[in-house]
Amino acid sequence: MKLLVCVSKTPETTTKIQLTSDGTEIDTTGVQYIMNPYDEWYALVRALELKEAAGGTVTILNVGPADNDPVIRKGLAIGADDAVRIDVTEEKDSLFTARQIAEFARGKDFDLILFGKETISYNGSEVGAMVAEFLDLPYVGDAIGLEVEGTQATVTRDIEGGDEVIEVQTPIALSAAKGMAEQRIPNMRGIMMAKRKPLEVVQAVDFPDTTRVASYQKPAEKGSVKLIEPDNMDELVRLLHEEAKVI
Amino acid sequence: MVLVYAEATNGEFKKVAHEVIVYGKQTADVLGTECHALVLGDAPGAEGLGKYGAAKVHRISSPHLEGFDAAVYTVAITEAAKQLGATVIVVPHNSTGKNITGRLAARLEAGSVAGANAVPMMKDGYFTVTKPVFSGKAFADVQVLTDVKVISLAGNSIPVTEAGGDAPVVELSVEPPAPKTKVINHQVATGRTPLPEAELVVSGGRGLKGPENWAVIEDLADALGATTACSRPVADSDWRPHHEHVGQTGVAIRPNLYIAAGISGAIQHLAGVNNSKTIVVINKDPDAPFFKAADYGVVGDLFDVLPRLTEAVKKYKGQ
Ligand SMILES: Cc1cc2nc3c(=O)[nH]c(=O)nc-3n(C[C@H](O)[C@H](O)[C@H](O)COP(=O)(O)OP(=O)(O)OC[C@H]3O[C@@H](n4cnc5c(N)ncnc54)[C@H](O)[C@@H]3O)c2cc1C
Repeated sequence: MKLLVCVSKTPETTTKIQLTSDGTEIDTTGVQYIMNPYDEWYALVRALELKEAAGGTVTILNVGPADNDPVIRKGLAIGADDAVRIDVTEEKDSLFTARQIAEFARGKDFDLILFGKETISYNGSEVGAMVAEFLDLPYVGDAIGLEVEGTQATVTRDIEGGDEVIEVQTPIALSAAKGMAEQRIPNMRGIMMAKRKPLEVVQAVDFPDTTRVASYQKPAEKGSVKLIEPDNMDELVRLLHEEAKVI
Repeated sequence: MVLVYAEATNGEFKKVAHEVIVYGKQTADVLGTECHALVLGDAPGAEGLGKYGAAKVHRISSPHLEGFDAAVYTVAITEAAKQLGATVIVVPHNSTGKNITGRLAARLEAGSVAGANAVPMMKDGYFTVTKPVFSGKAFADVQVLTDVKVISLAGNSIPVTEAGGDAPVVELSVEPPAPKTKVINHQVATGRTPLPEAELVVSGGRGLKGPENWAVIEDLADALGATTACSRPVADSDWRPHHEHVGQTGVAIRPNLYIAAGISGAIQHLAGVNNSKTIVVINKDPDAPFFKAADYGVVGDLFDVLPRLTEAVKKYKGQ
């Protein structure tokens, strides 16, 4: 089985997001980066499990600048066989990213192309669906289960208040959510081996911008908390009804 | 024209459909055009979508639309948009939307904004849409540079109001292709509103000590008609199902009321819930970081406070 796992780089989860003084950019001073958790914990680990069970290769792919290489190496340390970075000087919007992935994957006969359900930075959940459309593949988003027997894939996806089980023939694209697999911590041997695994750098294709972030805002600060005595819950209910008007 | 995909939830038009139409109508007003709704497959009451702002309802009927297939729905919506000359396409940012927004944008080579939480504005000459980023730690104002634009609307972002009357329903002739996926099982729990759509949420953390203690959360949720949620370690320990996990690596929610009991308020938890309209925190530690993000706080033992709150809610509801 030939598996492609698309991964991105996101600020570490404890990062306090700060803006530049004119509000047009995120202030990245001191920000630590990680592999997007959904890509790492669920998409990559499930791909490795499938390879371990049925044989094959797991390639990880990132669209980004050379700064992203440590994040890509982590994916190799966790167990991917090889990696590709499509070289761009700066990260761009979802459609640009998806176009790069599609142009790379076209004609390479991947059985499965896996994504995380969204990045914890842009929260778009679009790239996987876009790649699927460019390559004319079936796509299942927010997948929480994936079994593959030969060319038959059975995918369980999250829906509001429940789930749905889908049968489809590979090749397919899908995005992985919690429930799909358990996080794996790379061991020393994996980290050493990752240094010698191939990381190919590929030229990006031209594609026009379709969106642009003009500015950012921070959520409005909360005023100070109003404390209510534990034995006065009638007062809390009154406030929720009369002041907050939420019940 | 603004074309809105009005999704029927289990055969009925509910809040998800009403929200996108209200949003589509407000977007159409900004652009000085009309909002039309698109319905895929048969569902009763399509004419009633006019009340939320649809000037007309277009319907595509095909056996290929019976089970959900992202590729098939994408063809249906893009063909409708082309026939009708739509310049903005709006879909909900729910499980359906997450499967199709990207496909629509790719098929139309259109700029898209997924998970928008505000009505578009014309700003500095650009069509600009705001959406949460970094799981709610910030908002981005996104300019869409293409002639055709695709937007998915985050749930609970816009109040639903009724204004007009019924709208005419017309059949649209589009032949969507046969799906390549087959839905073999579809199960939805009845009872509580699904978390992403819920207006009232009661959430429990590690302070609950174990799954056997969840009755205090359930009872309050029942009294309020709320949905239950939990912090990540609670789901990771299998005290509660994964779909209840809220936060940066779980579900991001924006209910009107979020009540958190026994949750410390770690930054990753706050990221997914801090856009809730009103936050109530119950914690025995007065220094718990969550109090800084709360509107109302109760310092006390949740096993004592929650039952009292439940009684107070019942008393209020009984009046
Ligand atoms: C990469 C990464 C991603 C993460 N993503 C998420 C996420 O999406 N969502 C999430 O929730 N977390 C996430 N976390 C975990 C997060 O950092 C915290 O560890 C977690 O939120 C803590 O859960 P908690 O508040 O339930 O437990 P704790 O931090 O243990 O807090 C328990 C609280 O209960 C209070 N308490 C105890 N007993 C009582 C009582 N009887 N009455 C009243 N109060 C009581 C305590 O004072 C304490 O404040 C993530 C962590 C990492 C590293």
